Amino acid sequence: MNVVQKLFGFHGGVKPNYNKEASTRLPIAAAPAPTRLVIPLHQSIGGPPRPLVKAGDRVLKGQRIGDADGDVSSAVHASTSGTVIGVEMRLMPHTSGLSAMCVVIEPDGRDEWVERKPFDFRAATPTATRDYLRDAGVVGLGGAVFPSHLKLNAGKQGRLDTLVLNGAECEPFITCDDVLMRERADPLLRGAAIMREMLEASRVLVGIEDNKPEAIAALEAAAKRANDASIQIVAVPTRYPAGGAKQLIRALTGIEVPHGERSTDYGVQCFNVGTAYAIYEAIELGQPLISRIVTVAGNVGQARNYQVLFGTSMRDLVALCSPLPDTDRIIMGGPMMGFRMPSDDVPVVKATNCVLVGSQKLFPPPPPEMPCIRCGECAKVCPADLQPFEMYWFARARIFGKAQEYHLFDCIECGCCAYVCPSRIPLVDYYRFAKSEIWAREVEKEAADEARDRYEFRLLREEREKQEKAAKLAAKTAAGREKAAAALAEAEKPARTPEEEAKHALIAAALERAKAQKDQVHPENTGNLTPEQQAEIAAIEARRAEIREQAKPHLRQDD
Amino acid sequence: MNNSPYFLQPASVQSVMLRVLLALIPGIAVYVWFFGAAILVQIALASVTALLAEAAMLKLRGKPVMMFLADGSALVTAWLIALTFPPIAPWWLTVVGVLAAIVIAKHLYGGLGQNPFNPAMVAFALMIVAYPSLMSQWPAVGFTEFLPQWQAIFGPRQLDAITMATPLDALRTALHTADARATVAGVLGSSASFGNIGGKGWEWVAAGYCVGGIYLLQQRIITWHMPAAFLATLFVISGGFALYDPTRFVGPSFHLFTGGAMLGAFFIVTDPVSGCTTPRGKLIFAAGIGLLTWIIRTFGAYPDGIAFAVLLMNIAAPLIDMNTQPPVFGHKRKAGGRP
Repeated sequence: MNVVQKLFGFHGGVKPNYNKEASTRLPIAAAPAPTRLVIPLHQSIGGPPRPLVKAGDRVLKGQRIGDADGDVSSAVHASTSGTVIGVEMRLMPHTSGLSAMCVVIEPDGRDEWVERKPFDFRAATPTATRDYLRDAGVVGLGGAVFPSHLKLNAGKQGRLDTLVLNGAECEPFITCDDVLMRERADPLLRGAAIMREMLEASRVLVGIEDNKPEAIAALEAAAKRANDASIQIVAVPTRYPAGGAKQLIRALTGIEVPHGERSTDYGVQCFNVGTAYAIYEAIELGQPLISRIVTVAGNVGQARNYQVLFGTSMRDLVALCSPLPDTDRIIMGGPMMGFRMPSDDVPVVKATNCVLVGSQKLFPPPPPEMPCIRCGECAKVCPADLQPFEMYWFARARIFGKAQEYHLFDCIECGCCAYVCPSRIPLVDYYRFAKSEIWAREVEKEAADEARDRYEFRLLREEREKQEKAAKLAAKTAAGREKAAAALAEAEKPARTPEEEAKHALIAAALERAKAQKDQVHPENTGNLTPEQQAEIAAIEARRAEIREQAKPHLRQDD
Repeated sequence: MNNSPYFLQPASVQSVMLRVLLALIPGIAVYVWFFGAAILVQIALASVTALLAEAAMLKLRGKPVMMFLADGSALVTAWLIALTFPPIAPWWLTVVGVLAAIVIAKHLYGGLGQNPFNPAMVAFALMIVAYPSLMSQWPAVGFTEFLPQWQAIFGPRQLDAITMATPLDALRTALHTADARATVAGVLGSSASFGNIGGKGWEWVAAGYCVGGIYLLQQRIITWHMPAAFLATLFVISGGFALYDPTRFVGPSFHLFTGGAMLGAFFIVTDPVSGCTTPRGKLIFAAGIGLLTWIIRTFGAYPDGIAFAVLLMNIAAPLIDMNTQPPVFGHKRKAGGRP
């Protein structure tokens, strides 16, 4: 608790104007249930859940309406009681403007719960507990919505020693974790204790940026009450993106988890503080994840945090905060990494930590882009220690191989580089563009390889059939066996002479080498993808068309 | 509408360039104090030429003229050319130098951010090769009368009264071509152009540049790597040779406070476009310039070696960068992540 925790730095980062005060003045309020809930079935990384209800069904609050599709998936529940009026395609809270399957519920106003029973995880096997959490729909609430049950795995004995809880909340405007820690510190730490037990970790480090003294004090007091010496509350210096999982792990433990590897390989598992609270609710109260705290901030009269039922329209939510008349956009997430919504009539989902209301005045369009002068500001602030201007150079010139050599895929798209760029280059857009192009090319290449293999096999088969036919024909003729033998010999002869044999071996070896080389050139990206990455690819794929359109004017500028 | 991040730090190329110009002002003020107002005429001449050439090139290349003209990069080039050329050089020498820098070294290579060579140093190198004598006529210290200087620039030129060899030139000429008994101490003591630590007057101009350089460091426009590596290399190598044979090699304080060393350290070597960008690369790049500068100053035929040293290292910059990439997050240790 009061043990002095050694802190490690991470490279780079920026200190934008945090704008967090406005939404922390008032306590968390429950947003009223709207007249209609649109609950997307697919709210987590992994397979889209299968609908369990149909139009006309009556559902209770907390009733499962979408069943996890396999283990890499997470269930979805009705946020309140009412009647299902449809299972249909609705607009998603995503920049792409794509639609997906949603369960539309008309609430009956009674808010009637299903039967809730605490889950005795100590009596259950770890697998049963994980299944329970999967069916309770618990996912990471920091924004990545990775199914939590998949991460609550102790693995080999003694390998995992540290559970990191991420309460850094480094994005400007967002305060949902801050108010959660202030108001619900005790249950949050009980959730943390459950997670620690499941992970068989020896300590819990809660990392909080030092611009949240109230939250730090509240958690320290709660840790004292819980009398749990394994829990340490650690204030980390306020610097965006201190809340990036890898940056926080580095700051708290000094461990750098490379791109493509898991922190668990280094003995650390990291969760958002909101997830710890959700696990407490699921295990100790028997409540599935049906709502979350959402910050509404930006261009509004009164910014505030609300406990919002999933499926509530962002329009209804924003209306509670009296948006100013010059509002021109709704952003999900913060100003550094958030996504512009295609409409304000999209539902709040598990990934929605903040609904940021924007205007031209609050977020003015960037001034015209100038050429890069290689001043190196971007490299100074890059938390992944990249050379952003080099990657920009290659992305812009579409030399994607080189961009990868400069570790394009280590980029976490935090936006620090674009934030400081004196030439006002939308650097992150270039990286998103390059990444999606590389993925698309590899998918195309794989398809082409497959087609070529099929074609070559067909040629081989036709050749073989021809030979067999010839042999059969020869066998049938009156001259009989001799001729057949001759034909067969004729057909097979070329392959049998020693020189030919050697040549074939050489060719085969060369092909083998070429193939090995090809495999070396593309060591990552599409091979052995984690579900997280697959989902990211899918999301980026959807954005591709739009980003391409946007990239066009930039890319053509200098041609 | 744009994507995230939705708000940006208020920074611009223009503000970077304007702060560089601001940082040059202390040095220019001292310059005027010791050597008269001719340098202001040259700066004005160079600025007007640079802006006109920049505008014409932008128009020819179909670029938005006002937007790029306002970025201030042409003015930085112009001021650096004026400050490296003799203040009493004929007007056309400055004009041709600036044209070479803006038209050839900058725009023919693709404009702002694309030039592989430092434009101001291209201008200096070109002019000193083409007009060595004109580029070697420097005003005598203390002779600040304006009319003769004006006439030197715009004619009719009567130079004898007002010129003097630069300290670097005087020293090398004496050591190399005069009688074999000349020693550093003898030369330094014999001529009016040598001051307490560097060239007379020039040492204080250098101090002025140093003040501007510290401002640039404080503003985070340049990092410490390049000035430190350049000055340290020059110091160590000149100091080493001066210890080895003080009669033939002049000491480090003279090297640092004469010629363009201070201007170079903070304003020329640090040009981000044509230099190295990685931390280690910056050190190697600037150290290379320091070494080459000393070699050219000591054994070469030109009054100062910085321009050639910078251009030579410009060529090497991409190679140095490629081989000094800093390790990426998580890739710092080969195996295991434990610190």
